[in-house]
Amino acid sequence: MMAEIGILSFGAYVPFKRLQRSAIYAANSWFAPGLKGLAKGERAIGDWDEDSITMAVEAGRDALTGIDRATVGSLSLASTTLPYIDRLNSGIVKEALTLPDAVAALDMTGSQRAGVSALRAALEAASGRKAPHLCLAAEMRKTCPASDLELTTGDAAAGLLVGTGDVVAKFLGAYSLTLDFVDHYRTPGMDYDYVYEARWIREEGHVALTARALKEGLAAMGVDPASIDRLLVPISAKGIAATLAKKAGIAETAVADTLQAGLGEAGSAHGLVMLVAALEAAKPGEKILLVGFGQGADLILLETTDAITRLAPRNGVAGSLARGAKDENYMRWLAHRGLVDIDKGMRAEQDQKQPSTSLWRHRKAVMGLVGGRCTKTGTVQFPKSDISVNPNSWTAHSQEDYPLAEIPARVLTVTADSLSYYPNPPLYYGMVDFDGGGRMTAEFADVSEEIEVGAEMRMVFRIKAVDDMRGMVKYFWKAAPVR
Amino acid sequence: MAKGIKDKVAILGMGCSRFGERWDMDADSLVVEAFEEAIADAGIDVSQIDAAWLGVGFDAMNIGPSGLPLSIALRLPNIGVTKVENYCASGTESFRGAVYAVASGAADIALAVGVEKLKDTGYGGLPVRTRGTTFDMVGVTGSAPGNFAQVASAYRAAHNVSKDDLKRAIAHVSVKSHANGAKNPKAHLRKVVDMDTVLNAPMIAEPLGLYDCCGVSDGAAVAIVTTPEIARALGKTDIVTIKALQIAASNGWELQQASGWNGSYFHPTRIAAKRAYDEAGITAPRDQLSLTEVHDCFSITELVTMEDLFLSDEGQAWKDVLNGDFDADGRTPCQIDGGLKCFGHPIGASGLRMIYENYLQLLGRAGERQRKTPPSLALSHNLGGMPSQNVSAIAIVGLEDA
Repeated sequence: MMAEIGILSFGAYVPFKRLQRSAIYAANSWFAPGLKGLAKGERAIGDWDEDSITMAVEAGRDALTGIDRATVGSLSLASTTLPYIDRLNSGIVKEALTLPDAVAALDMTGSQRAGVSALRAALEAASGRKAPHLCLAAEMRKTCPASDLELTTGDAAAGLLVGTGDVVAKFLGAYSLTLDFVDHYRTPGMDYDYVYEARWIREEGHVALTARALKEGLAAMGVDPASIDRLLVPISAKGIAATLAKKAGIAETAVADTLQAGLGEAGSAHGLVMLVAALEAAKPGEKILLVGFGQGADLILLETTDAITRLAPRNGVAGSLARGAKDENYMRWLAHRGLVDIDKGMRAEQDQKQPSTSLWRHRKAVMGLVGGRCTKTGTVQFPKSDISVNPNSWTAHSQEDYPLAEIPARVLTVTADSLSYYPNPPLYYGMVDFDGGGRMTAEFADVSEEIEVGAEMRMVFRIKAVDDMRGMVKYFWKAAPVR
Repeated sequence: MAKGIKDKVAILGMGCSRFGERWDMDADSLVVEAFEEAIADAGIDVSQIDAAWLGVGFDAMNIGPSGLPLSIALRLPNIGVTKVENYCASGTESFRGAVYAVASGAADIALAVGVEKLKDTGYGGLPVRTRGTTFDMVGVTGSAPGNFAQVASAYRAAHNVSKDDLKRAIAHVSVKSHANGAKNPKAHLRKVVDMDTVLNAPMIAEPLGLYDCCGVSDGAAVAIVTTPEIARALGKTDIVTIKALQIAASNGWELQQASGWNGSYFHPTRIAAKRAYDEAGITAPRDQLSLTEVHDCFSITELVTMEDLFLSDEGQAWKDVLNGDFDADGRTPCQIDGGLKCFGHPIGASGLRMIYENYLQLLGRAGERQRKTPPSLALSHNLGGMPSQNVSAIAIVGLEDA
């Protein structure tokens, strides 16, 4: 018998801050009073040092909870907001996750259904030689102030490990339609999506086109619509999923929440975010139908197995959402997303040029937070060096790789620096000690309250600096309070 | 162990420019200002100088590479001129070069110069700069106050000192230095401040407020050194000699978790202090040292340094500070000239500026701020880098018979 194909593990990430939609509306109501109807609840926003890559890394870490990373055969990153147009974004994720060099990696982009399409492709290739496949999707859309999208979107990422064996959800089938339906578009150099009329998108696209996909897809897969337990439609416009369910003969109770109230729609990642949320809540034996919309539609049908009850605890969507902090500072968010210029001062003029040569030499330390462990004394250190930091035993060339990213750390020293240029002042940093050895001075991320000596920290992959002169985004690890 | 340089080298003359925002001068003019005082004090001619050292912290900001700017500024007689840089300890580093040259017999008379021109950056504080491409990828480029503020958090945790107690103690450090600096005509900041002003000042890097940070200044300082014999032959009667000169550099040990370092003190300072006391034959520093000039880049640095120099018991300096032990009229005055805090901190000049003040105090030439009890031994401590990785330089000078 062939091993079952499906989802082996899953995870998600939602950034810490929740911008209150009322704050967006309050700033823009003078111009666009019509936004009032959308000004409820909150949307997730990444901090200044987050992007689709860093969020994908977090989702990947979550999805790989309890999984030996050396077993991953391939990965993909789906997003329409990839930081690099030509530099493999999933390659950066690979380094941060310290996946084996022999993984295959690709970026998937170009449509709001990129995430669901990537998952479909991964499921269909799951018995191939590069399985299991880590299927990641992340989105941080740049939205124009006072636009509908500014209120309805949210930043998030999701990851699913796809392969064969003891799957938590088995792959029952898929269906796709591809039609050049231009509800919105964005070309290189454009800051924002150009969006067409909402009523037309709803009637001809969200409803008519998707309903056709559901009708044809369910028939092609030979599935009784009434047997669907969860229908996931990652479209934020109100009532779309319910309308589609009715048309397709799927029970109204199967319609999944779009997470609009507390997160927002995470673009091409939203389908996978909703899938992770569904898997977190699902019992064995549930049929989940996932829809992807964008220049056509994708359908993926999955059925949960008993294995889902045995999966190790993880943050997931529910955990990430539970840890959010309210943020009323709309202006700060605009500044962080580059939507308003602020006078950064002369201290911000420091040249951030990153030589590719040194990044290549130190890629494990920089991208993967891999330190060294002396094979003779056991001393752990960061970064690695030719001669061990341990002065009691002068050992040279004795260090092996020692990944530190997943090891808990504690604060040894701390300050809140108001003098240094920092996009989100004050700049918090200090020395941290890793459990079991290793020490480094690190910037602190996601700080919302005073950090005391001894505080428990978790390392996170973030933007360290951006070289504005040459367009390079530089990444490194920071310490974030454990919440 | 090496015998050291005690009493092998004497200070023949010293000079120091006025420190401050010297909008009127380039680095070379600042050097000339200090040099003219020093060479007049030494009573020699430029042609008698055999070798020279130049200490500068931020060369890209002021004079550029090499020893040439010094050679050209002073029109030195085609002697060897070496530029040294060792973070904020560059001034004492240049002094070491000159002193060692004389001690070795390679030079009869040697020149040490420190200078810094910081006020062309366009902003307050030190220039933001790279620490190399590898560090820049994985390190934190915090501000100087941010780096030193870390000591405060660790000191509080290590010694169970409340936030308020430590804040008051470091405020006392600054109030004292302002009182001293007000009496110093060459000081950058000459205003007396009270505790409330210091405590309520804007926060720069928690818990360091504006008045916990030293002045960033332009300035230069100069020492001319020779042997005690030559000094006597040149007519000097009150001779100040070098009793000890030690520099200790971190080797990264602080970044080993199991090292036992807890972030609350300066490891190299303790090592340099022990070596310097040995070299100078000092067994009871609290009794024997008449006064100190320490690297008070930040108030917390001065407080912790009192322990690292063994002038306070570990964990007790905050009490000794509040008790006035280091005030101008206290047990062991610290920064009787205003210190980095108020005299100012032109990086490359600071180590030499400290020795300059100690030299003046030993010779009774410190004017209004002269220590009443005649001093005989004075220590200067010049620190570069940050708490976790630093260069600690200590120079002890004294009367020849002390």
